[in-house]
Amino acid sequence: MSDLRELYQQVIMDHNKRPRNFREIEHANHLAHGNNPLCGDKLVVYVRLEGDIIEDVSFKGSGCAISVASASLMTEALKGKSIEQAQAIYEQVHKSMLGEKTDRSLLGKLEVLSGVKDFPARVKCATLSWHTVHAAIDSDHDVSISTE
Amino acid sequence: MSNLNINAIRADFPILHQQVNGHPLVYLDNAASSQKPRQVIDAISHYYLHDNANIHRGVHQLSQRATDLYDAARSKVRQFLNARSDKEIIFTRGATEAINLVAQSFVRPMLQAGDEILISHLEHHANIVPWQILCEQTGAKLKVIPMTDSGELELTNFDAMLTERTKILAIGHVSNALGTINPVKSMAAKAHAKNIPVLIDGAQAVPHMQVDVQDLDADFYVFSGHKMFAPTGIGALYGRESLLNAMPPYQGGGDMILSVSFDKTLYNELPYKFEAGTPHIAGVIGLGAAIDYMWQIGIDNIAAQEHHLLEIATRKIEALPGVKIVGTAAEKAAVLSFMIDGVHPHDVGTVFDQQGVAIRTGHHCAQPVMEFYDIPATARASFAFYNSEEEVDALISAIQKTQELFA
Repeated sequence: MSDLRELYQQVIMDHNKRPRNFREIEHANHLAHGNNPLCGDKLVVYVRLEGDIIEDVSFKGSGCAISVASASLMTEALKGKSIEQAQAIYEQVHKSMLGEKTDRSLLGKLEVLSGVKDFPARVKCATLSWHTVHAAIDSDHDVSISTE
Repeated sequence: MSNLNINAIRADFPILHQQVNGHPLVYLDNAASSQKPRQVIDAISHYYLHDNANIHRGVHQLSQRATDLYDAARSKVRQFLNARSDKEIIFTRGATEAINLVAQSFVRPMLQAGDEILISHLEHHANIVPWQILCEQTGAKLKVIPMTDSGELELTNFDAMLTERTKILAIGHVSNALGTINPVKSMAAKAHAKNIPVLIDGAQAVPHMQVDVQDLDADFYVFSGHKMFAPTGIGALYGRESLLNAMPPYQGGGDMILSVSFDKTLYNELPYKFEAGTPHIAGVIGLGAAIDYMWQIGIDNIAAQEHHLLEIATRKIEALPGVKIVGTAAEKAAVLSFMIDGVHPHDVGTVFDQQGVAIRTGHHCAQPVMEFYDIPATARASFAFYNSEEEVDALISAIQKTQELFA
């Protein structure tokens, strides 16, 4: 069970039970649907960009504990950041899930997500919201992405 | 209780004797794919070590031996399903290919725009998508028999759904997602009363129960080997001889012809007409060995042991607070789909795996069933006759540990 406790840390459990920024943004100017057909995870990520600053970011949807917690942590980490900063964080998160060396100062609380590196079948759960926010920011219209 | 000596049976399955994540493997994902006994592995290995050659071609000794083994396996499948003739048994890659074959070679030529194909809400994607493709090709309509909250077919309006335009009734014998055993015999009788042919998807039935295609009066019956202790990549289609004879080939190639010229090709007789190209010979031999093995254990004994496991597991899960069984039909095969309150099935699967318990989590290739219950997925434990009561206890304990972790 020790590996499990590492995966399902308190932070993950807390964000799963009480996801932050779990709401729609009424005047979102970027939005994307994320879908993991294998496990049925579905979420929508809303972004309000002002210039290149992420003024607000939120999500709605349902999924496993890893995907919900990851989405919740993602919104906390990216709010108020510039697109460039968000990109840097996104890359660090991605590296941490692959077990590569990371910059801890950028990663901060997101380090808890690196637990999935020992659970290959679960990496997609943790990356879904990150791929989705990436697609939302990159596109001017509603896009759908799938992790399969 | 069954008459089986579970320890002796488990000794036939070498793969079961291993540790997973520091715990003894508890394999409860049999509805996805079953394990293979040493007898099946040995038959395949013996074939490659001693008898390997192409079939129906060479005059040499090895080709003859390979051909004899291949043909003998067909007779076993014929007997296994109680078909009338070996000609009615076509080897395919599995149930999926067999359904596609019937869709394209039997149904498509007689289909007009506006005709109807009748399936049910409980079907596996393999018995949905080939028909949807056919509808796109022809303008036919897919009609769906509804289901009830307990996971049974809602047959109140079944008679009315069998219309003059219905060209086939394609129905699963046992639901892979919920375990429901459908009343296929009486449904086939009603369809036949209106001259509607019937295909039964037996992928989840043949590992668990005696199947008699004559008693069911099936026109087509399909199954996959890998769910009944044989290798992957091999399965069979049973088809009524008169229907198969009238059907055009599904694929063209070697072995399915009598003579080929650029002007005209004469097709081979049954069953070879539907077996183009060099087949999965080792797979067929493995399938034959799996049938021998099931006969040796006794199919009634298999059914009794699995029923016993399903009963005690159902009783124990029902006694657990915060766990709900999905699919509570009166007649069920050895499948238990369940939800743990507040825990997503995907998390359940990971926590179980850490305790060595292998189950399936997801939509089980039956997304319409998930949509019916408005759930994204379930956790599914499915039993084979080599599972023990201790493994049911391991399942219960894994559920409790998951609840503790997510408390």
